[in-house]
Amino acid sequence: MINELFLMNGYAVYVLSAFSFTLLSFLGLYLITKMQFVKEQNKFVAKFGTLTTEQAKSAKSQRINKEILANATIN
Amino acid sequence: MFKLFEPNKIFKITSKAPRYVLFLFIVVLIIGLVEALILSPEDYKQSDAVRIMYVHVPAAWISLGIFSSITFLSICGFVFRNKNFFLISKSLAPSGFVFNIVALVTGSIWGKPTWGTWWAWDARITSMLILALFYAMYLIVWRIYDNEEKVFKISTFITILGIINVPIIKYSVDWWNTLHQPASINILSKSSIHSSMLYPLFIMTAAFALFSLLIFLMKYNTELIKIKNKGLDRL
Repeated sequence: MINELFLMNGYAVYVLSAFSFTLLSFLGLYLITKMQFVKEQNKFVAKFGTLTTEQAKSAKSQRINKEILANATIN
Repeated sequence: MFKLFEPNKIFKITSKAPRYVLFLFIVVLIIGLVEALILSPEDYKQSDAVRIMYVHVPAAWISLGIFSSITFLSICGFVFRNKNFFLISKSLAPSGFVFNIVALVTGSIWGKPTWGTWWAWDARITSMLILALFYAMYLIVWRIYDNEEKVFKISTFITILGIINVPIIKYSVDWWNTLHQPASINILSKSSIHSSMLYPLFIMTAAFALFSLLIFLMKYNTELIKIKNKGLDRL
């Protein structure tokens, strides 16, 4: 049973390489997208830290800015 | 009406959604993999090589669907002068491109045991390769130009040119003699594929659709934060 499952009548090399390529492509795209997201988020948090009290107050009045800060991975 | 889709309003949802979509994707993918690799039957002609269909077909469907959506959204963006449409299109493109590459590579792997060759300049395969080139051009335009107005114009032009290729991909197997088999699944008539293979195919399609939604949400959030970063510079 296990042998049948892994050999797939001699087609295992094709089937498993097609599935592996698909899953590795997904993983690669996910990691690249995640990295870009975290990079932009960190940049936002760093820029926010350099604002004066008045500028920070003005920036915080926008709900989206508060959301970004709330979801940020670094403080 | 478009005020409902303003980035400020939808960011609250899009920033929290990825974690739930990721969880759902993993669950559906595991079910799909068990169905596709273990539970579904082998084909009487192609034997176990048919299992490649469960990654090849959903990838091709979704890459075509995403390109059609990108074209529609780009045209809407141009007609209604709404930047958000372009932002959504831009966020959809990377997953569409990856699905297109997956369809080409898994098709090539499937071709070896069934046709005896990795590649053939057949109408379906060549038209899918052309679609990948359109995706690549679309993504490159966003990278090389800084002028937004120019990017909107050129990217819309690319999608309009590229969409001509979509019906060619769909009907290439009917219009020309190709190595590629005709469609087994028809919306308007009875499908020639058995339900024991159809259900795993739909589960894998759902998993792939969830993955493209996940990438879209992450990419869209990144684009919104980029805009906000520019906003902070102006303060």
